[in-house]
Formats: sequence, structure tokens, C-alpha cells
Amino acid sequence: MAAELGHFALILAFCLSLPQAFFGLAGAHWRRPHWIALANRAVAGHWVFTLFSFACLAYVFNQNDFSVLYVAQNSNSELPTFYRFAAVWGAHEGSLLLWLLVQATWSLAVVAFSGNMPQQMTSRVLGVLGLISAGFALFILMTSNPFLRLWPAAPDGRDLNPLLQDPALTIHPPMLYTGYVGFSVPFAFAVAAMLEGKLDSLWARWVRPWATVAWMFLTIGIALGSWWAYYELGWGGWWFWDPVENASFMPWLIGTALIHSLAATEKRGLFKSWTLLLSITAFSLSLLGTFLVRSGVIESVHAFASDPGRGLFILSFLGICVGAALGLYAWRAPLFRSNAGFAPVSRETFLLLNNVLLVAATALILIGTTYPMFMDAFGLDKVSVGPPYFEAMFLVPMLPLVFLLAPGMHAAWKKASFESTKKILGILLIVAVVLGIAIPVVAYGWNGVMTCVGLIAAFWVAGAALVDPISRWRKGHSLPASIIGMSVAHFGLAVFIVGATTVESYKEETDLSLKPGQSAQHAGFEFTMTKIEDVAGPNYEAVQSEVVITRDGEQVAVVHPQKRVYRVQKNAMTEAGIDAHWHRDLFVAMGEPLGEGAWSLRLQYKPMVRFIWLGAAIMALGGIIAACDRRYRKRVTANEGVPDAAGAKTA
Amino acid sequence: MIKYLVPIGLFAALVGFLYFGLGRDKQTLPSPLIGKPAPIFELTRLDDPSKTFSNREFAGKPYVLNVWGTWCVGCRQEHGALLEIARRGEVPIVGLNWNDDRQQALSWLQQLGDPYVVSAFDGEGRVAIDWGVYGAPETFLIGADGKVLKKHIAPITVQIWEQEFVPLLAQARAVSP
Repeated sequence: MAAELGHFALILAFCLSLPQAFFGLAGAHWRRPHWIALANRAVAGHWVFTLFSFACLAYVFNQNDFSVLYVAQNSNSELPTFYRFAAVWGAHEGSLLLWLLVQATWSLAVVAFSGNMPQQMTSRVLGVLGLISAGFALFILMTSNPFLRLWPAAPDGRDLNPLLQDPALTIHPPMLYTGYVGFSVPFAFAVAAMLEGKLDSLWARWVRPWATVAWMFLTIGIALGSWWAYYELGWGGWWFWDPVENASFMPWLIGTALIHSLAATEKRGLFKSWTLLLSITAFSLSLLGTFLVRSGVIESVHAFASDPGRGLFILSFLGICVGAALGLYAWRAPLFRSNAGFAPVSRETFLLLNNVLLVAATALILIGTTYPMFMDAFGLDKVSVGPPYFEAMFLVPMLPLVFLLAPGMHAAWKKASFESTKKILGILLIVAVVLGIAIPVVAYGWNGVMTCVGLIAAFWVAGAALVDPISRWRKGHSLPASIIGMSVAHFGLAVFIVGATTVESYKEETDLSLKPGQSAQHAGFEFTMTKIEDVAGPNYEAVQSEVVITRDGEQVAVVHPQKRVYRVQKNAMTEAGIDAHWHRDLFVAMGEPLGEGAWSLRLQYKPMVRFIWLGAAIMALGGIIAACDRRYRKRVTANEGVPDAAGAKTA
Repeated sequence: MIKYLVPIGLFAALVGFLYFGLGRDKQTLPSPLIGKPAPIFELTRLDDPSKTFSNREFAGKPYVLNVWGTWCVGCRQEHGALLEIARRGEVPIVGLNWNDDRQQALSWLQQLGDPYVVSAFDGEGRVAIDWGVYGAPETFLIGADGKVLKKHIAPITVQIWEQEFVPLLAQARAVSP
């Protein structure tokens, strides 16, 4: 019964997204306040029914109703309650329903936080979001209905993919989707501005918090995915340049570019058509990522079960959405000329370089990800593009980007002289060079120039990020949230670079075999396997070993890596034993039984690896702080001038 | 105003390629390994964890590598065909038991028959990754020179064996090591 109710609610949700789209767009176009009000109501109704539908699916999972095909495929009576809830988005159909719910929630948020925007703009944005919701609801109903019945009912379910039975991975998809879908809001704003034919500093000010919050969620989502891969896949890597990872990373890079380009559009009325293009691209890449992951066009370790029918639907949807937006862009963008000028050395130039480099990085990743397919299209050999390509190519735009960041943060708008900041930046650079060479050499030993270059960049960025807020604070100047947020996010980037550089330069890995009672030396630690025992979890059996780690005879840690076999799907899963410390992880993963009680073990020493995710968390924190800036909440009417925006009057 | 048309032009090209990608036949997707030396592995034997098996033992001889697991429905489907191919004895079949449970796998072979001269146990899936396996069942033909001649994705049938593998057997044997 619950499944049918959920299905019915989903149909109603689809039906309500249509008036949201129609009355939103038409009400704004023909200036009918009643229609606009109707669109707002439709948003609320659409959200309620989507939520109800989602709740129904969660309910049938909770009830172990194996007469629902999707539940039978992705749950099991032995699955713990928490994972039974998370299993709702454990596979294609349910994760799309989650996507729709997140989409509806963003629409609702636009209604809730649109107090400072003219009605027409809000209405158009809601109309565009309604069209996107309608597309996704139709997609679920036509190709991916999670409420289909299975007859006769299965006696028990096939269980949730064991890889997904992990706390980090249960919150990873909601975070990632909130980010992906969040970029639909700047997209809708861009389309609305093009329809209206008007784009001013106020518009940029409205879009900025939305873009920043979406970016923040995407940052958290990607970091969680990386953290999960680190401890769950058993390889100890934190980024694999897998097509699915790339699919989430590309919108992140473009989103980062968008945040910076919006700053120039708001403050100086510049880069207008470029900002529009980035707004469209960020969401297009989110859709493209969905397409790549779910259509089977690209093979990946964690691609969803692929189905060309679904692929065709997403591709058509992508084509219509993005094609229409880009068509509109070709028609309307010439309207948005910026006539504000800027000197070659100015913050505008630095933001422009930032954008060019981020877009270049995205293009390189897009080429690498789709290259095998293009080669195939031309009938050429299949070439595999692996991490070596991505690692080498990604650094080319990223190194200059990071080194330009420090002066960029301190450059003034219009024309920067660096007179006042030259000294402090110079001192910071010298300190960074000294520390960037001395610290790695003293702590770990010389490991080539690139290690030092990475650390110098990180220290310089960290120093430059902190200098401005500290000096403002000491002088008693006002310290708006957007400045704090920017400094915090850039500081987070520096923390991330320290982690990534150090772990890639100084990690030590080895594979060896140990029997209980034997020990081995690795990276200055002694690893002793004390025992091996069988343990049982709620829905798995595991072999667990106890490894005591000592250094110079003193005990450092005891870890318990496991080799699990989940009862239903029978796949073996590695649970690494990790001793986490702020400046290093010791990582022990069990490999294969080698007979006579011996096991192959993978031992890893990972210096500073925590800084990778800490850095991402700090970046996300910076995003929240920046989005909370008071000026985004100030009520401004459209005809009121903005004091600090010279470009506003020209638009 | 050509420059404003550039984005939509690029996008149209991308969509075109993606559309092509959708229609692409995955079965004939060439493996990057074709014509290259097969990755060497050393794993414990399925039937006896204390012994190891390495495909080095087949140096100078052609063999077939079949990736399977008890959890894989397609493997059950092709099992009969594998038994028939093994019975003909044209070329030895090596099993790569992938991401599986040792006991389950052994009882499966006991129940359904064992087409393999030897099965290696790849519980972690590391070897399967080296071989570029992205779903069981997959079947490889490796020539006497140690190079991969053919890869078949999805369940094999006797018909596919005769049409696509048998014509390559002469080449597989002929190449001097």
C-alpha cells in the first residue's frame, strides 16, 4: 500500500512541477501577480508530495517489504535499521528520488529566502527550477520507478551493496546531490536574467550566496567520498581520477570559477556574459556527470547499473536544458556588455586568470574522462587514460593558480599598485620559501623540488590569507563575513595542499605476509600481528587480526583490520585498521590468507593525510561564513543604487 | 556575434559524441590489453590456499582465462558452455575466481562440474583490476607468446567460441614464445 501511495504522490509531485514552471515563467512574462502567487504555492505542493513519496520509500525499506522490487534488490532483513534508511538512495532509482527531493527543497529555499528580490526575478527562477524538477520527475516515472512491485514477493532481499554500508558513504550522496542540484539555482538565475534582458550588480549579489552554498555542499560531498575511498577500498589512496570522481570534480572547479567571477560581476559589473556562461556550465556539468555515471557510456568502478534507455533520457534532458540555455545565451549575451575598465594589474586581472586556469583544468579533466569514448567514435584504438595523465596535466594550470592566489587576494579593484602590500607579501614569500624547504627536509628528508614548490605555495597562500583579516582586526576596521569566509576558504586550500603534497611525497607502502606472533619493520615502526580471530557482525562474518604497532619498544597503537564477507552478496570487503594521528596515519589492511595462519598485509605510512580532508572541511566552512554575509540579507529595491558597485549604474 | 555561438556549438558536438557513445556496442569494445603481454599474476589456488598458481606456468602455451564468481548469474549461465569447451580440450581454461568465497566457489564447482585446469583465487580483485575486468564473466584468450589475443565480455556460448575463438587458436599456438 505504501508503495502505491508513494508512486501516486510522485505522480502528483510531477503534476505540480508543471504549474510551478508555467505560472513562474508566464506570470513573470505577462506580469500577473496571481500567477506568480500560484507558482509559489505549486513549489510548496511539489515539495510536500516529493517528501511524502520519499517517506513512503523509506517506510517500505523499514518494513522490509520485499514485494517492492527496489527494496528486494537493495535491502535485507538482516540489514541494520540505519542502513535500511540509507539504502533508500543506495541504487539508481532511489538516489534519483533523493535528487528530486533535494531539487524541490532548493526551490522551496528560493521561495523562503527571496524576500530581498523583485517578485518577477524570483518567479522566473522558480519557473526554470520547475522545468528541471518536471524533467527529473518524468525521468523517474518513465525509466526508474522505485515503487514497482515484485510478484511473487522475494522471501528476503539481495542486500545493500556492502561497499555502501558505511557511515561516510550514507551521507556522501545527499551532500553531493545537494551540491550538484544547488548549481541549478545559479543556472535558473542565469536563465532568468537572460529572459529579462537585465543583469546588474544586484543580480550577482542575489546569486552569490546560492552559488557559494551549493559549492560548499559539493566540497563536503567530494571530501566524504575521498575519505571513504581511503579507508574502505583498502588501497589507502585518496583520489583515483575515476570517471565518477571526475564527474563530481568538474562542476566543483567550474563552481569555484563561478564564485570568483560573480565577485567581479557584483563589485565591478564585469565579466557578465562570462558569469552567465559559468552558471550554465556548472549545472550542465552536474547533469553531464549524472549522465556519464548512469548511462553506461563510461565504465567505472562505481558506475551505477547502466541502461541505455535511461542514458538516452538524460541525454535528451541535458540537450534540451543546456541547449535552450546556451541558445538563449547566444541570443541575449551581446546585451550584457561591461563598460567598466580595469588596469592590467588589478584584482580583476587576477580573477580573470583564476577563471581561465580553473576552466583550463576542467577542460583537461573533461578531455581525459571522455577521451576513450572519442577515440572509439573515430574508430581509433582504445586508449586508457589513467592517473598519470591527470596528475601531470592537472598541475599545469593549478601551480600558477596557487601562486597567483596570494597577490590576487591583496590586489585592489580597478588598479592595484601593491605599494602597501608589497612588503608584507614579500616577507611572507621569503618565510614560505624558508619553511617550505626547511620543514620537509628536517622532518622527512629531501624529496625533490616539487615537494618544496608545493609546500612553499601552501605556506604563502596560508600567510596571505591570514594577513588581511588580522590587520583589519588590529586596526579596528570592520570585518565583514565575506572577507572572513574568503580568508578561511583560502587557508583551507593551503591546508589541503600541505596534506596532498606531503602524503604524495613521503608515503611509504609495503605488502608482506605475517603470521600471528611475527612482526615487521615499516617506516620506523614495528608492526606485530598478535592474533587472528573470527568475529561476526549483524550481516557479515569477518576475520579480524590484531596488530600492535610499536616504536622504539614503546606501544603506539593497536589496530584491528578486518576482512569481511557479507552474508548475502558474498563479496569480501576490507576494513582497514587505521591509527589516526594529526600528522600521520598508520594504515593496516588485510589481503589474502596465505595458508598456515599467515596473511598478506598491506602496511602504509601516510604523513599529513588528514590535512587533505581537514583542508576541504575548512574550505567548506569558509563557504558557509561567506554565504552568511549580512549584505546578502539586506533588503534592496531594484532601483536603489549600490554604493560600492560602479557597474550597477551602467547596467 | 559568432563568439556567443561558440558555447552552443561545442555543446552540440559533445552531445553528438555522447549519443554515439550510447549506441556503441559494449561487446566489441576492444580491451587495451589486446596485443599486449597479459599481466602476470601469482595467487593462491582456489582448492588449496597453501599452494600458489602463477600464469607464468603457461609460458609458451596458449590458454584461456575465465573470470567468474559464484555471485554472478552470467557465470552460471555460461558454465555449461565452458564445460563443453573444456571437454573438447582445444586449449586449457584457467579460472580466475573473483571477489568470492572460497568454500562457496568449491562447492559450486563440485555441483556444476569443473571446467578449469586450475582456478586462482582473487578475493581482493587486484588481479582482476590489472586485467581490466569490469564485470564477470569475462573470457580472455592468451597466445603462446603470452600476449592477449581476444577478450569476450558477457557469458560465452559454444557458438561464440566456435566463431570468435577457434579461428584464433592456430595463431595462438603458432606464435613462437
